[in-house]
Amino acid sequence: MKLRAWLTFGPEHVQKPMIWKLIKTFDALVVNIRTAEIKEDKALVALELEADEDTLEKAIAWLQDQGVHVEPIEQSVIAG
Amino acid sequence: MSSEKRTGPARALRCRECGHEYPIEPIHVCEFCFGPLEVVYDYDWIAARISREKITQRAPSMWRYRELLPIDGEPKVGVQNGFTPLVYAERLAKALGVREVYVKNDAVCHPTLSFKDRVVSVALSKALEFGFDTAACASTGNLAGSVAANAAAAGMDAFVFIPHDLERGKVLGAAIYGAHVVGISGPYDKVNRLCSEIAGRYGWAFVNVNIRPFYAEGSKTLAFEIMEQLGWRAPEHIVVPMASGSLLTKVHKAIREFVKLGLVEDAGTKLYGAQAAGCGPIAEAVQKGREIIRPVAEPKTIAKSLAIGDPADGFYAVRAIRETGGWAEAVSDEEIVEGMRLLAETEGIFTETAGGGTVATAKRLIASGRIPKDASVVLCITGNGLKTLEAVEGTLAAPPVIEPNLKAFDALYETLKARRKAA
Ligand SMILES: Cc1ncc(COP(=O)(O)O)c(C=O)c1O
Ligand SMILES: [Zn+2]
Repeated sequence: MKLRAWLTFGPEHVQKPMIWKLIKTFDALVVNIRTAEIKEDKALVALELEADEDTLEKAIAWLQDQGVHVEPIEQSVIAG
Repeated sequence: MSSEKRTGPARALRCRECGHEYPIEPIHVCEFCFGPLEVVYDYDWIAARISREKITQRAPSMWRYRELLPIDGEPKVGVQNGFTPLVYAERLAKALGVREVYVKNDAVCHPTLSFKDRVVSVALSKALEFGFDTAACASTGNLAGSVAANAAAAGMDAFVFIPHDLERGKVLGAAIYGAHVVGISGPYDKVNRLCSEIAGRYGWAFVNVNIRPFYAEGSKTLAFEIMEQLGWRAPEHIVVPMASGSLLTKVHKAIREFVKLGLVEDAGTKLYGAQAAGCGPIAEAVQKGREIIRPVAEPKTIAKSLAIGDPADGFYAVRAIRETGGWAEAVSDEEIVEGMRLLAETEGIFTETAGGGTVATAKRLIASGRIPKDASVVLCITGNGLKTLEAVEGTLAAPPVIEPNLKAFDALYETLKARRKAA
């Protein structure tokens, strides 16, 4: 299964190797960075994540536990 | 896609970030950089076919401007949608302390009483051209009702995903049309991710996902109508409510298109965005001069139709506001209710919370001088107050109840008269 997502990193993450940690934690996960914008206090990364459904769920939960905001590539799919 | 085969004005889909072009297909994200795709047109093709005369001879609907909408054949869905009144609002102008106000009243948009009937009409017309038989959306209200109704009228199946705790009126407002309404429990971001996954997995016309580039173009008709109704003039100042920010960016695009085609003169229109304080990520970015939008994890406002925490078009809305020299405000729930009452009491138009926020934003902008007192302002009122009755419940006194005799009414009338005098 493939997920295309925007990851938003806060000031506490910007200088840390978060994506390396993610890959280290989940062996079965393939990630592909498509675009990134990194500022002093914030980083926005477009990431393609590929794994079985279970691993993918766990990887997202792991990112969220680290305080990373994970959003589908469409951002808000829910409209008013 | 060769231009020989093309029978409509849309030339391609283009990535707003890297400019990569794609053929006209039900896709919405750039394969290279994940940027959003937008419809680009062949303006020579359009210029050869559009004119004020031709537009005014057509039936009064949003499809008068069909050369600027991305469908190839005749519109198939929502043929009568749009062409709502533009009201010259003298009493409201006086109350706001500005020379001239016009209210674009999409509170009475056919058939579901919000501007969403415009976007859905284009989305489903395009969906039928693509060969889809099922429409879908994820919504907290207006879009749900509009997809359900317009799909029903077009004979399409509809799936409507809603947060499980949505107000009963809104659930019924989609279910009545025979749509499959599915409530999803859990926090907003999980509900949102699931909807994205469903859109990716099922081969439906998910109007604000895979059909989004076409869907969004429908918003332009609100501005086309305003310009025609102003007597073929672009507004000086225009206030637009923002959720995803799509409507505001498309109002901007519509004005530039009319100018480019010579249908109106450039009036240096300034765009202003309206949001609610409990969920104002776009307004915040405008006010703080930021590039990146900071998502709001837990929106808290009575303006549910504007409560989108991570607005997909936020960046582009900020850019349009800056480019035109406009501004944005995020108003409190109290100001929203006050705005709803002001519009109702001065113009007899009952709008929902989003419209109250738009009026309140205009009020702030005029009071602060960002909109000068001698200006002409257009307010985009995009939804109907009967859908958000709970927002004003409790702010209006319950009506007095009297015995069924004239004496009782006489007594009441005297006290009302006295109260009025005192006020
Ligand atoms: C009544 C009303 N007004 C305005 C908007 C703003 O729409 P957009 O997402 O295009 O900014 C919405 C969106 O849901 C709405 O329902
Ligand atoms: Zn791109």
